[in-house]
Amino acid sequence: MRRSVQFLLFICTSMALFLALPLHAQYEQRHAQKEPEVLRNLQVTDLCLVTEARYTRHPALADRHAPFQEHPLALEHFPSGSLIMPNNFQGAAP
Amino acid sequence: MNRSIERHLNILDFTLASLLRRKGKNGSLLAVYLLVVFLLASLQFYVTALKREASAILDDAPDLVVQRLMAGRQDLVPAAFVGEISRIRGVTRVKPRWWGYYYDSVNGANYTVLVSDDPAVTPGRVAVGAGVARARNLAVGDLVPLVSYDKKPLMVEIASIFPHRSDLVAADMILMTAQDFHLLFNFPDGQATDLAVSVRNPKELPTVAAKIVALHPDARPILKSEMLRTYQSIFDWRGGMTLMVLASALLSFIIFAWDRATGLSAEERREIGILKSIGWETSDVLLLKLWEGTVISLTAYLLGTVLAYGHVFFLSAPLFAQALKGWSVIYPRFQLVPVVDIYQLAVLFFLTVVPYTTATVVPCWRAATTDPDAAMRI
Repeated sequence: MRRSVQFLLFICTSMALFLALPLHAQYEQRHAQKEPEVLRNLQVTDLCLVTEARYTRHPALADRHAPFQEHPLALEHFPSGSLIMPNNFQGAAP
Repeated sequence: MNRSIERHLNILDFTLASLLRRKGKNGSLLAVYLLVVFLLASLQFYVTALKREASAILDDAPDLVVQRLMAGRQDLVPAAFVGEISRIRGVTRVKPRWWGYYYDSVNGANYTVLVSDDPAVTPGRVAVGAGVARARNLAVGDLVPLVSYDKKPLMVEIASIFPHRSDLVAADMILMTAQDFHLLFNFPDGQATDLAVSVRNPKELPTVAAKIVALHPDARPILKSEMLRTYQSIFDWRGGMTLMVLASALLSFIIFAWDRATGLSAEERREIGILKSIGWETSDVLLLKLWEGTVISLTAYLLGTVLAYGHVFFLSAPLFAQALKGWSVIYPRFQLVPVVDIYQLAVLFFLTVVPYTTATVVPCWRAATTDPDAAMRI
């Protein structure tokens, strides 16, 4: 078989896989299991992504200066603080 | 076969042979390109899926959370707030919530402790997240000693452990009764951590929030829309994590594309000269270079994207997990529900494939339009 045909076959296979991604995603979304009822009743406000500091565990409920509250002139020192942005309140007290 | 297709196949044959002649150079080029696309696509899949998870979780969140501030720091909310806020027109329910953090000195982990009215949770029996069970090597029925704030041991039995698929919500959670919670934290009676407020008409939320602040200037209402906005901004492209990966990947790609665009090697110029002297048209040479760019960039784009999908949704993104883990002792092992944003994949295509292919064609066009004799002499 010619190299060009081999390459085109390879690209077609990759393209088929690529086009299957959204289909697979839709299938998974349809069949995704909901959280247990007990957890849904808790009305949680945050994802459990980073557990090292309270303001990265619950960024939606933390205030903007929570990372600097440990003592006057305290600096933010948790590594995840550089990855998790502070919350985005508009108009409300921080 | 159609003459035009045959011409393309012939040029593609020649392109592939030419690429294989310089296996080392083109192989490393493909590897770098693939890595850049893989990183950018992984990040895009990861962030989009987390945004979806956040909005799904926030569906069940209260319309309004009311905290109380004391000298700028969060303080406990007196029970009297419940009645006063309930009387505001439009408020349907005010539910006090009791929750906090427990530092486990045994392993240095932080747990989120919540009061739950789940019937499985009874005095002395708690439900824990899979992350807590993993960190303390617990099974259902085990007894765990917790140390209360007045230094008294509180023995609790594990009534249930949440499944791994709930890690994104509950990995670090301990659910207990209000009685155990008050014993553990020596929590004062008649106070709550915050209040979950439900409002009949979502359009009235800002008005209700303003009324709460007017009633209690030390109250801090947090709207559901603000929680959603927080998560949108965390995973925004300007966010720390996204910006860090995006900036390094894009910068390396720009350097790489710039290197290609600024000129051809002497060997490549000589090759173009020879091709022109044996009768190739300028358009044939350009087509050859276009195919060369397409072979590299399309392969890198398609494989990079498919591998990124596998990395994020089948392997749970181990590359990003290390960055998020930080100093956390408990790290959730979650499997994200796949989300594919066609628009963002198209943006990725136009940011990577199109500039690279153009960058390979432009210098060739300059070389191909010069005299073959001059091109071979360089």
